[in-house]
Amino acid sequence: MGTTAPTVKDNRVKLLERAMSRQGYASHALIEVLHTAQELFGYLSVDLLKDVAKKLKLPPSRVLGVATFYNFFSLKPKAEHTALVCTGTACYVAGAKDLLEASEHRCKRALAKGETPKLTVQQARCIGSCGLAPAVVLDGGILPRVTKAELEKKLDDLGV
Amino acid sequence: MSVKTLTIDGKMMTGVEGDTVFTVAFHNQVQIPRLCHLGGVPDVGACRMCLVEVEGRSKLSASCMTTIEEGMVVRTDTEQLREYRKLLMELLLAEGNHVCSVCVSNGNCELQDLATHLGVDHVRVPYRHPRREVDLSHERFGLDQNRCIACTRCVRTCDEVEGAHVWDMAGRGEKLHLVADLGEPWGNSENCTKCGKCVQVCPTGALFTKGSAVGEMEKDRSFLKYIVYGRERHQWVKKP
Amino acid sequence: MTTTPDELGERAEKELDRQKTFRERLHCCTAAGCQSCGGDAVKAGLKQRVKDAGLEAQVEVVGTGCMGLCSKGPLVKRESDDALFLEVKPDDAQALVEASPSLSLESRRVDMKTHPFFAGQLRIVLANAGKVDPERVESYLAAGGYSALAQALTTMKPGDVVAEVTKAGLRGRGGAGYPTGVKWQLVAKQVNETKYVVCNADEGDPGAFMDRSVLEGDPHRVLEGMAIAGYAVGANHGYVYVRGEYALAISRLQTAIKQAEKEGILGARVLDTNFRFQVEIRIGAGAFVCGEETALLNSIEGKRGEPRPRPPYPPEQGLWQKPTLINNVETFANIAPIISRGSAWFSNIGTEKSKGTKVFAVAGKTKHSGLVEVAMGTPVRQIVTQMAGGIAGGGKVKAIQTGGPSGGCVPEHLLDVPVDYESLVAVGSMMGSGGMIVMDETTSMVEIARYFMEFCMDESCGKCVPCRTGTVQMHTLLQKFCDNEATEADLDLLKKLADLLRATSLCGLGQSAPNPVMTALRYFPHEFAACMKPAAKGVHS
Repeated sequence: MGTTAPTVKDNRVKLLERAMSRQGYASHALIEVLHTAQELFGYLSVDLLKDVAKKLKLPPSRVLGVATFYNFFSLKPKAEHTALVCTGTACYVAGAKDLLEASEHRCKRALAKGETPKLTVQQARCIGSCGLAPAVVLDGGILPRVTKAELEKKLDDLGV
Repeated sequence: MSVKTLTIDGKMMTGVEGDTVFTVAFHNQVQIPRLCHLGGVPDVGACRMCLVEVEGRSKLSASCMTTIEEGMVVRTDTEQLREYRKLLMELLLAEGNHVCSVCVSNGNCELQDLATHLGVDHVRVPYRHPRREVDLSHERFGLDQNRCIACTRCVRTCDEVEGAHVWDMAGRGEKLHLVADLGEPWGNSENCTKCGKCVQVCPTGALFTKGSAVGEMEKDRSFLKYIVYGRERHQWVKKP
Repeated sequence: MTTTPDELGERAEKELDRQKTFRERLHCCTAAGCQSCGGDAVKAGLKQRVKDAGLEAQVEVVGTGCMGLCSKGPLVKRESDDALFLEVKPDDAQALVEASPSLSLESRRVDMKTHPFFAGQLRIVLANAGKVDPERVESYLAAGGYSALAQALTTMKPGDVVAEVTKAGLRGRGGAGYPTGVKWQLVAKQVNETKYVVCNADEGDPGAFMDRSVLEGDPHRVLEGMAIAGYAVGANHGYVYVRGEYALAISRLQTAIKQAEKEGILGARVLDTNFRFQVEIRIGAGAFVCGEETALLNSIEGKRGEPRPRPPYPPEQGLWQKPTLINNVETFANIAPIISRGSAWFSNIGTEKSKGTKVFAVAGKTKHSGLVEVAMGTPVRQIVTQMAGGIAGGGKVKAIQTGGPSGGCVPEHLLDVPVDYESLVAVGSMMGSGGMIVMDETTSMVEIARYFMEFCMDESCGKCVPCRTGTVQMHTLLQKFCDNEATEADLDLLKKLADLLRATSLCGLGQSAPNPVMTALRYFPHEFAACMKPAAKGVHS
């Protein structure tokens, strides 16, 4: 598959191996291991899942079943930037829908031009910062009480 | 093991401790509708067709997962239950793409039979018409996701009876779907033993033998009886 | 290292003496809410100022848990006179540290005793917010931390602890309100060498952030509650299942566990007794259904978070088929005070059937938003209009929503309903975990009903038919209402599906998914009627 295949000799493979061994290669540590794998590689490729299944002695379909059940795990590589738009109730009534549309518009615009979008847009069920609604987490930093115009500007600054 | 007496639909019945309401009813010629239950593999209580009313319980109980209790009073066929089952069936029919006239299982389909039994003559909810895939990569069998109702009989049989665990469910909610190994074409599966048990237990035409024409796919589950019988008596386990 | 119960007291004394050497202690809120609007910079600024002014021996800057008024963060509390400063900026450092007069700072000063947001509150769960540094176990000890655990281990039998919790009348704070003591009793009476205590910190209701604040602000309190529970029911192993989204809470909890282990408060010999108790963290991966207890257990076991049919219930067969006690964060946070101060004290607070307090996360269109903790029985109106200050800009409250996607709305004319489990259910909503979203006249209730149904549809695990396909169909129907395309037949079908989901779904997610729609239909039928196709409108009315 992609360039992040575990066959590539890099440090990340070793780190993942260490994480699994720390858990004693226990099959019930699957979610912990997938967390680590995604942290290291950015996403879960088929080869990675295959490797994890083998090491934890789990049927591959079960590993895929778990990886696709949870929103956190991504089976596709992420773009350079990520915008996590909170769509919890407080943010929703405060206008999260507009923020989401504004972010998604960037991706659509890029796709329409035949480019690969530089932004991955994700929705969070609630990031628990309801006092700061509406909130967007842009590349890990939270933007509290953000307006559509402010978000547009931030995205412009990132060049996405 | 103690014997327990209970009342199902007004009739006194007996069962052994640990038996489920479904089993006791079945042995006494009361056929409770079901789709996901399959004798011989563990139950999951997913299809909700076998829900029954148990006196003293505020919620309906899945009979396949409810163990019998002394003096239990169960009703399996009330007006209310029939209405729920009918609407559940309509939801199932609208969810996938079930076109009997072109289906290999036409005439031998549990979904079709149950729909007829429940008197479903039209579907009140809009059809979803999902885009789903057909996998014909396997040399002997085919998988048509359009006809899958996510009962997980194949998943449980492949895991519990064959011990291969090729199948599992991936995704969730409306996107829930059956996958072989890591989602590759079934034919590429390294774990598949080509035994075909999954095909035989599938209640619809989702899993079928290749080359079957419309209505030709008849399923034979007799193997389950023998395997389960042997397993319960540990017939192939070396006695210490 | 071991710490005996006596040494625990000495450690607390020592820390208190250390704290007394300072002329002033400034508590900076370091919870996620304040952190995301610059709280860290404020704390760093204050520390720098202290250093620059050479006041290290006189002024201490400490981090603390959520003080509640999240919408006015970053917050700083001055210990000497209990003054709370709102929207503090790093520029305010000089005025705060050197107590030099600043008009600008004074204008942002509130008195916690009289400010309407704080005045009506009764803080048990949040008692340590603004006092304890969540990253230092000494700070928790100084506030009397772990003395309840010591008391339970040295002066009470496990059965006494269960009896005390039962007598207190504490009920589960995660939603349904199952009596905690009864649950503990169920686990305690199971004969099994291996039992588990699980803390449900998978706070998934959108609009709820009570548990996050407790974990971020007072993680040791939760661990203490779990350890007491472990002793009471005979479990030696605990798991905290935290949402993956709560990075700060996870890291604080990790720190707390490490510190407690180092001190011998958790581990092979808890407080130098024969009781063994270990706690592990499990991190969720973004699935709302994992808040359902059996789905949560599957997730801890590394499986898909699909709910299991009940019975068997977790107290009989839970984690790895072993007897398992599951309570949520706020429930565990109530345990230590109950043991220290006694069940009589606790059961005097609240109403006849709902004892103690409840923490609510108030958000939405209100003037103030944040965390409030009130005695059970407090009218919702008091929370909304007095504490949260009503609608920002002076609009009219239309309804509030509690219980998230499993709860319902309470219209303005019923706002005098007291917060207790039964009263909220009677008006069609539920206590839920404590999210309270306030909506004004501009909010469409049909749209809100659609929003919650979309939530349930996306979060349905798909295992059972009614929830998997029923939520999709209900969402389609609600979308028709939003698009003014609905007919009378659609309304009828919507009600039929709602009943089907409630009666036949496998777990709580599906069974309660119709609640927001049903309460919206009950209290705002005219809004649904107004959304019907012009031709169909006449038929309704």
